[in-house]
Amino acid sequence: MTACREPASVLIERLSSGETTSLELTDACLAEIAAHDGSVGAFLHVAGDAARQAAESIDRRRAAGEPLGRLAGLPVAVKDVLVTRDQPTTCGSRMLEGWIPPYDAHTVEKLRDADAVLIGKTNMDEFAMGSTTENSAFGPTRTPWRLDCVAGGSSGGSAAAVSAGFAPLAVGSDTGGSIRQPAAFCGVVGLKPTYGRVSRYGLVAYASSLDQVGPFARDVAGAAMLLEVLAGHDRRDGTSIDQPVPPYHQQLDQPLEGLRIGICSEHFGEGLDQEVREAVERALDVYRGLGAVVVEIELPHARFAVACYYLVAPSEASSNLARYDGIHYGRRADDYDGLVEMYSNSRGSAFGTEVKRRIMLGTYSLSAGYYDAYYLKAQKVRRLIQQDYTQAFLDVDVIASPVTPTPAVRLGQLTDDPLQMYLADTYTISANLAGLPGVSIPAGFSQDGRPIGLQLLADSFAEDRLLRVAAMHERETDWHLATPTLDGDTSS
Amino acid sequence: MTSPTTIIGLEVHVQLQTRTKIFCGCANRFNPDEPNVQTCPVCLGLPGALPVMNRRALELSVRAGLALSGTIAGLTKWDRKQYYYPDLPKAYQISQYDLPFCQGGHLDIDVEQADGEIESRRVRLIRVHLEEDAGKNLHDESGRGGESRVDLNRAGTPLLEIVSEPDIGSAAEARRYLEEIRLLMVYLGVSDCNMQEGSLRCDANVNLEIPTSENESIRTPIVEVKNLNSFRGVEAALVHEIARQQREFEECGGVYADTAKQTRGWDADRGVTFAQRGKEEASDYRYFPDPDLLPVTFSDEWIELQRAELCEPPSERRRRFVSDLGLSDYDAKVLVDQGRETADYFETLAAACGDTKRAANWVTQDVLRELNERGETIGDFPIDAQGLATLLGMIAAGQLTTRSGREVFTALTDGQGGDGAISERIEKIVEDHGLSAIADSGALETVIDAVISRNEKAAEDFRGGKDAAIGKLIGEVMQEAGGADPNAVREALISRLRP
Amino acid sequence: MSETHSEEPSHRQLTRDDVLKVARLARLTLDESEVEEFTGQLGQVLGYVGILDDADTEGVEPLAGASERTDVLREDEPGESLARDQALSGAPRHDDRFFLVPPVLDTSAE
Repeated sequence: MTACREPASVLIERLSSGETTSLELTDACLAEIAAHDGSVGAFLHVAGDAARQAAESIDRRRAAGEPLGRLAGLPVAVKDVLVTRDQPTTCGSRMLEGWIPPYDAHTVEKLRDADAVLIGKTNMDEFAMGSTTENSAFGPTRTPWRLDCVAGGSSGGSAAAVSAGFAPLAVGSDTGGSIRQPAAFCGVVGLKPTYGRVSRYGLVAYASSLDQVGPFARDVAGAAMLLEVLAGHDRRDGTSIDQPVPPYHQQLDQPLEGLRIGICSEHFGEGLDQEVREAVERALDVYRGLGAVVVEIELPHARFAVACYYLVAPSEASSNLARYDGIHYGRRADDYDGLVEMYSNSRGSAFGTEVKRRIMLGTYSLSAGYYDAYYLKAQKVRRLIQQDYTQAFLDVDVIASPVTPTPAVRLGQLTDDPLQMYLADTYTISANLAGLPGVSIPAGFSQDGRPIGLQLLADSFAEDRLLRVAAMHERETDWHLATPTLDGDTSS
Repeated sequence: MTSPTTIIGLEVHVQLQTRTKIFCGCANRFNPDEPNVQTCPVCLGLPGALPVMNRRALELSVRAGLALSGTIAGLTKWDRKQYYYPDLPKAYQISQYDLPFCQGGHLDIDVEQADGEIESRRVRLIRVHLEEDAGKNLHDESGRGGESRVDLNRAGTPLLEIVSEPDIGSAAEARRYLEEIRLLMVYLGVSDCNMQEGSLRCDANVNLEIPTSENESIRTPIVEVKNLNSFRGVEAALVHEIARQQREFEECGGVYADTAKQTRGWDADRGVTFAQRGKEEASDYRYFPDPDLLPVTFSDEWIELQRAELCEPPSERRRRFVSDLGLSDYDAKVLVDQGRETADYFETLAAACGDTKRAANWVTQDVLRELNERGETIGDFPIDAQGLATLLGMIAAGQLTTRSGREVFTALTDGQGGDGAISERIEKIVEDHGLSAIADSGALETVIDAVISRNEKAAEDFRGGKDAAIGKLIGEVMQEAGGADPNAVREALISRLRP
Repeated sequence: MSETHSEEPSHRQLTRDDVLKVARLARLTLDESEVEEFTGQLGQVLGYVGILDDADTEGVEPLAGASERTDVLREDEPGESLARDQALSGAPRHDDRFFLVPPVLDTSAE
């Protein structure tokens, strides 16, 4: 196994003991990227020299006995939706091609403070809208397990980077499943925190009331460590909560006594791929073997979740993306006659189809005469969905479900039918609507070698319990130890 | 038939006097010389930036709402008002739609009628809300169609919007209303309301109700007049617009092709309102609650804390000066309208020297004239109220004539008299200038003789029975020997002229 | 506040005209194939979200954000501003002092 495929906790050990240096580790990752990212497409920007310089500096400080941050020397990839002042930030869009922000996101500041090595910015669906990373203006990202299949989205690049061994840790964002779903398609751990747990300052907004930043790692411990670094109050984000961050990674080996796992029959109905169903059942058996009880819960409003999301998110997105007007930043069209045409041509030419589609949907649903029936109605249904979960968590500790109806789809498979693509978000979307934390952990493979994930949800600010439950499964299984060989398509 | 009724509603925007902008820590400072130096990711609307509400902006807003007798909401929130314009970097303005922090309220204004009588008129308010200001768009003045320039220094300044009911009945009233709002906001420390700098802006909605018969009338289409940059401009624009609407009514016979609300700009140079390019569709602002800004609740306790910070409103103060301190309406208005510091100065002076009329005269005439000439405010004035009281006291006690007193005053403002306490400085100046008081009656007699000999006609008239003629003589004696008691002077003159 | 929020729309078909109107509101130039595509696809999605009509939301307050906190304020203390060159750095057109835009023909919004 190449160096950077080791779990983050192991690498941190090696770094502090002096067994390896940050420069060695960074170089190893850069070498992997150089060798294989051509076929995977995880990165939009590789920091190269800057990363090596940062690594060297940390090695020097370590040698001098200086105090170092918690991730000191560890390469971390960052989804291109987070602003970085020394690296371009494109959000996977032509609109921001070449833009270098004059400031860092809060979470990027935290990574720097933790002495992580920011190795590059990763590919994503344009402005975080999509579930395959095929909506990137700069080409798709493939799951390292099957290069003819998508990495998932919108944080496909970050998931693939960890999966392929390009970096031990990565940061993504999740608005409707955009961390959990690519984690499942790429066979890694991906966690969406409770809304407000991690600051959104510097996270380029898609849907403000749903967006959260979260970690990718090879294992639960890595995700826990990265979450600890990312989480915490930020005065600059009014929606960020001021509550202490528990030492997540220190509690992982404590299983949850009397664990009650809820499952909802709605999640196991038609449309669920048989192999995914089996993988999830297998995982539940693992928990049963550890003494957990699996109970059926009701989520009466689950069937409204996709409709609710696809009104709320595009509405907020249409507003958040209005600022891309070719005046203060971003691309301006070359050809226009007057101000109105400048706006329209710039936006029309620089935005991709899915982004335009969602802006149109959102603009329509907020426009005069439609607000009550669409946006407002959806926000009411949203409360009903949240109440379902509040009710359920009175009875169970976590809720288990598939992450996606199928393993990773082929490139091009879903691009013609937006509605079908939207419906595939059915398992992940409710957690965003209700603001709950959720994690996807590796739970097996399809016959043809595509990873399958298990989703666990917990109550608000119960990431500690969520991670402990995830760790219970990981201790009993080997899925997280598997690594893709990156030698091209495998026959199905 | 009754004459047409003018119906005016005003939307006034007031920039709050906070140190920093409404959602970020950039300086809230008028700075037209250096564009784009008071900006940050938040007010630039950069991708990823987020707003956080300025507590002080809320305090000042609520104080303004309370002073306007509005009802402060228990819960208030902000909404995005979406439209495209180069000075609006997020392409939405964070404003308040359906839950403004203040509803209702009113402002009473004094309006001078045609017959000189002052009438109090109540202008009711619809609401007051808090929003962010946009930046500035500077058009190419050459008219050659060059690019416009955008300065975002002003973007994100906290702005209070005060919306009145259409209760204003004339251009003059509109001007009074504006002046009173301005004065109130300045008194409260909410805003410096400087129209030149744009911290007070106004749009007017105006139309007429024109009677067509005994029982019927037609309303002209409402016109919104924008770009009103001065109080005079507001009045002039409304006068012009009212006349224009009357004319238009007569021309079209009250039959309008389009009754929708129009927008017209005011061209101060040509003195006309002009139609602005018609909008293709009514603006659809697509308001929805801003997900980044949490709603705010106001507890009764907190509201009372703000109420405790309110000062006496200028209208109350003017009333009190007239009823309790015996000033004329005119003097009360001059003193109060000059600002809180001047009114405070006057009150301190009046209390210290015990003579409100004398104090009023000296402040409205001598002090304000000095300040005008020097271009200073009362805060910079070199003689404080106590000091001036000392001087006035000496005049009242007869140690100085009024004329001498004025000479001392001028000398003090010029910095003469050394560095000591004010009474020492006055003494020194009196000495240096050789100013003596006429306190003994002998000297008074001398003055009376001189005045009588200068005014033979008036003296003759008085001797002849014309009582009023003595007024001129008393006046002159008082001028020359102002320290004297006017009654004593009158007695002395009478006894001289009608022995 | 020229428009009201209180009307119920008829769940009618999305027309090409609707799409063009919305595109203008959203300042998006669409080519002919996009107009056609979107008319169909958006109509489909809007048809699907009609399922929300089945949800009984009588007396239910909208959930504005996942957290229901209030009263997050900042003190009126100066923070850092960007240097001008940083503020202008992303702009497609500027003259080192101002952002530059095509002339604005009237002074009204929209």
